[in-house]
Amino acid sequence: MTDETLKTTPLNAAHRALGARMVGFSGYDMPVQYEGVLAEHRWTREHAGLFDVSHMGQCKITGADAIAQFERFVPGDYSILKAGKQKYSLLLNAEGGIMDDLMAGKPDHDGLYVVVNAGNKDADFAFLEANLRGDAKLTVLADRALIAIQGPEAAEVMAQHEPVLGEFGFMDCARLVLFGVDCYVSRSGYTGEDGYEISVPADQAERIWNTLLEDARVKPIGLGARDSLRLEAGLPLHGHDIDATTSPVEGALTFALSKSRKERADFNGADRILKELADGPSRVRVGLSVKEGAPAREGAEIADMDGNVIGAVTSGGPSPTLGRNIAMGYVPPKFAELGAELKVIVRGKPAAAEVVATPFVAQRYYRKPKAV
Amino acid sequence: MHFTKDHEWVRLEGDVATVGISKHAADALGDVVFVETPDAGKTVSKGDSFAVVESVKAASDVYAPVAGEVVEGNAALASAPETVNADPEGEGWFAKIRVSDASQVEALMDRAAYDQYLTTL
Repeated sequence: MTDETLKTTPLNAAHRALGARMVGFSGYDMPVQYEGVLAEHRWTREHAGLFDVSHMGQCKITGADAIAQFERFVPGDYSILKAGKQKYSLLLNAEGGIMDDLMAGKPDHDGLYVVVNAGNKDADFAFLEANLRGDAKLTVLADRALIAIQGPEAAEVMAQHEPVLGEFGFMDCARLVLFGVDCYVSRSGYTGEDGYEISVPADQAERIWNTLLEDARVKPIGLGARDSLRLEAGLPLHGHDIDATTSPVEGALTFALSKSRKERADFNGADRILKELADGPSRVRVGLSVKEGAPAREGAEIADMDGNVIGAVTSGGPSPTLGRNIAMGYVPPKFAELGAELKVIVRGKPAAAEVVATPFVAQRYYRKPKAV
Repeated sequence: MHFTKDHEWVRLEGDVATVGISKHAADALGDVVFVETPDAGKTVSKGDSFAVVESVKAASDVYAPVAGEVVEGNAALASAPETVNADPEGEGWFAKIRVSDASQVEALMDRAAYDQYLTTL
């Protein structure tokens, strides 16, 4: 039964044919699991998982002013980004809060190709439409699906279809003909594994999805495992781990602040962000290893060893790879040192937790050896 | 064996009821990763949340299908929560409760009525 109020992706029928369990997510009827979250999680860590992420927003920003205009709202330096590269960034409001996190790249010589979160895309596109000046032009790519293939065997699978993809490094991107059609491809993802995100014409999505699934190394993976994979990889989920009140400094995303942009201080919210960089934020996102008891999930309080509540968990759960419970949450910086002993409170019971480095599970992105 | 609309099952032997969650519930939850069962001696009323079962994605309460005193919680589930998926209506039991009123069990759905109920969901 489909909830009539939910939108569907071009792969909806394919998910149903695979026997997926469907749920509403960000307004879309999406597969939460096929065979089971744990099995799908492990398959992605060991082989190659195929994800429908067509609910995410895709757009182009073009025109001579495209980059300068885009940079008003993001803290990354896109003017020096080379063609064929993409970069993670943050869409900032005037207070330096994170309206969304995104990937923006230069797959072709026509401005930026940008992917934003499903739950924010309408707001993001409206904001950009209203705020881009000069000849910068936003084009929403509503007629495209987005398929991710992730895992240690993803590169071999894709190289079989297009050898050049095997030579991509992490965060390389291109617009190329793949499966006989016009695609945007990047070597990136949201699982901590090597892999690709492939933007395909909506009317070709099912054919390409099924073609990839013919490979015995590839299995479909639902949103349940996507969430546990990204948690292990220490990647924040917007709306949970970061939101419009969180700054990049609080969110432990200072790597997204380009040096040149900090020097120029010419992006939304730069005042607050530079002040937090200088003086320290009042709270910061940390990784937690929960050493006993139940999984600590979003909303669980974090307390110091005296029992004072100092923060809250923003996402958490069992780590299938590590076989223990992990979480992310916010605490004041004085409690954020690696090894700090804290408590998480689950259903009234305090459980021992320790601040640990993220990613919880080592990322395995493919970085090309530097030319000698 | 009897069932509730919340998908707990009850098997009465003498005045002790073994309770757990149905296969339907276990399948719907998916991979069970954590189970919290009650300690012996705890008194529960019918409908009380007396245990917690967690899948990768979420925590769910388990409600006492009958009133009584907990005789034993299934401690084995702490280290092997996956038993709830493997054998939900057997080894994956949650607790044994000494019932205060055995007629509470008889008032629940039998297997045929529960199977019929599942078709209405």
